[in-house]
Amino acid sequence: MEKFTQLTGVAAPMPMPNIDTDKIFPAIYLKTIKRTGLGKWLFDELRYRADGSDNPDFVLNQGPYRNAKIIVAGDNFGCGSSREHAPWALTDFGITCVIAPSFADIFYNNCFKNGLLPIALPQAICDQLMEDAKKGANAVMTIDLEKQTVSRPDGEVVHFDIDPFRKHCLLNGLDDIGLTEQKADAIGNYEKARRPSKPWLFGMTHTGA
Amino acid sequence: MAPPRTLFDKIWQDHVVAPQGEGTYLIYIDLHLIHEVTTPQAFEGLKLAGRRVRRPDATMAVADHNIPTSNRSAGIDEPESRLQVETLERNVVEFGVPYFPIDSINQGIVHIIGPEQGLSQPGMTIVCGDSHTATHGALGALAFGIGTSEVEHVLATQTLIQAPAKNMLVEVNGSLGAGVSPKDVILAIIGKIGTAGGTGHVIEFAGSTFRTMSMEGRMTVCNMTIEGGARAGLIAPDETTFAYVKGRPYAPKGAAWEQALAYWKSLPTDRGAKFDKEARLDAADIAPHVTWGTSPQDVLPITGRVPDPAQIDDPLKRAAMERSLEYMALRPNTPLVEVPVQRVFIGSCTNSRIEDLRAAAVIAKGRKVAAGVRALVVPGSGLVKHQAEEEGLDRVFLDAGFEWREPGCSNCMSMNNDRAENGERIASTSNRNFEGRQGKNAKTHLVGPAMAAAAAVTGHLADVRDLG
Repeated sequence: MEKFTQLTGVAAPMPMPNIDTDKIFPAIYLKTIKRTGLGKWLFDELRYRADGSDNPDFVLNQGPYRNAKIIVAGDNFGCGSSREHAPWALTDFGITCVIAPSFADIFYNNCFKNGLLPIALPQAICDQLMEDAKKGANAVMTIDLEKQTVSRPDGEVVHFDIDPFRKHCLLNGLDDIGLTEQKADAIGNYEKARRPSKPWLFGMTHTGA
Repeated sequence: MAPPRTLFDKIWQDHVVAPQGEGTYLIYIDLHLIHEVTTPQAFEGLKLAGRRVRRPDATMAVADHNIPTSNRSAGIDEPESRLQVETLERNVVEFGVPYFPIDSINQGIVHIIGPEQGLSQPGMTIVCGDSHTATHGALGALAFGIGTSEVEHVLATQTLIQAPAKNMLVEVNGSLGAGVSPKDVILAIIGKIGTAGGTGHVIEFAGSTFRTMSMEGRMTVCNMTIEGGARAGLIAPDETTFAYVKGRPYAPKGAAWEQALAYWKSLPTDRGAKFDKEARLDAADIAPHVTWGTSPQDVLPITGRVPDPAQIDDPLKRAAMERSLEYMALRPNTPLVEVPVQRVFIGSCTNSRIEDLRAAAVIAKGRKVAAGVRALVVPGSGLVKHQAEEEGLDRVFLDAGFEWREPGCSNCMSMNNDRAENGERIASTSNRNFEGRQGKNAKTHLVGPAMAAAAAVTGHLADVRDLG
């Protein structure tokens, strides 16, 4: 997985609450069997007109925001479906950080599997960052995961909280499965202990070869 | 003496394999349900890393999102849909995962077949790459949706790295009025707690209303827990649960049944256990509900009117409401019963079980689908379809002018081309009214099954209680 350490880039404003994962990545494109190249479908309904041309009113189609690396959004970002295609599309587009007052649980979890940093900050601070994001080419912020800071265009530094384990995994680009496999013994022991007391949970869908 | 624990606490603690540090844990997964949409990339990851599926005997696969609900024997037209289903079919063979094929009577929507087959059981941890996995919480299981990377992790290790959620209690007491369904109960709850009301929490639904509710009704309620922000919703197992599970194909039998039962009876929340958050409703206050906007929390009793943004103080909320009403092409203060519909969908993992079809058939019987309305009924599984046909429900629907389809997710999210066209307004028994979900510019109104049938036969949103 890609590491996330530090990021400097333009932040795009999306001052809407409850941006759901159907908006971020419409269901019709879930037919893909790939996890790369999904950026073209990011915010598809909002981004393109009926004839397929760019909708000039959509922020990610506008000037400096075409290269946005950060989104500042309203609360409950990523609500709705569990589709991991949402963070895949965001990172493929080039966005590796979303700042919002709150995130939906499943989306939040999915971000950390994909080098996408979700930063939750109080509404009042998000309001200020939203104003920063409206500054077009000057909407440049620096995110430092190690220091847990967001540096605003005017230089002011905002601190954010993050779960230490998730921070560690993101900083080091750690593969979850590799980490878990280091605990293979513990998993084996758990299964050995469970089988006699809850035998109906083993061999349930088939008895194996 | 050990402190009193909630149902969630008990299941969580029973599944901890090892602490991971910093408040996260490795937890064991008893049942992994998989479908064609969220697995291709996961199996590819396993292949690339040379990993196998650790517990094929705790895994079950089915195709449900992409498959056609008509003319099924002709195969899947749409090449990408076909490829995705074929990919699943190849993967289950290559990795030795049990699978209900499309032409099997056991095939259906993943959250219908789990409980129906006796796969979903009390006290289990159950995951699936789909947010409506919360449905299985109705059995008293800890069931939640996961993303594709976590699907891969479960396939490889049968575990997940998780931080425990907080406990939320939603208590509803009393009897439901005539014409009020379990769907209306969960819509009312989401209306009250909001689409982020349960974020960070697991919700336990308790109170006499749930004690007396059927298992299928409990599934409808738990299904939409995710729309209230909580990843998982649970209802404590009781005699109704045990009677439901007993004898199902994959349920424990004989001595194992007695052993399982003894464990299941130990699960309900202890007296005095603490919840971090609570909400209460009175069943008698719940009317048939309908959503008016583009979030499940945009919901009102059918007797209400389209809300007026001018009455909203908060500028962000007012802007959101204005946007919703513009998308939905609704004018403030319009009585909801005056809103016409062009399409009706009775189906989805929320409401496509036999009780849902019976409720809709009662309204459809002896009536006709209104002019200008196209109405689909999509049973949730081959078994539900078969039972419905045994009861003659298919004839009731067909005689009334509804279409009677084969099982699948269908118009809920329209991956299979059952979709609203040209910005139609649709009364739907599904779970999300987000912009564009049921078709480009489709205007979704979420309702219960009897209410959907009422909309079909009147041509507009209607109070099912007025249809007698």
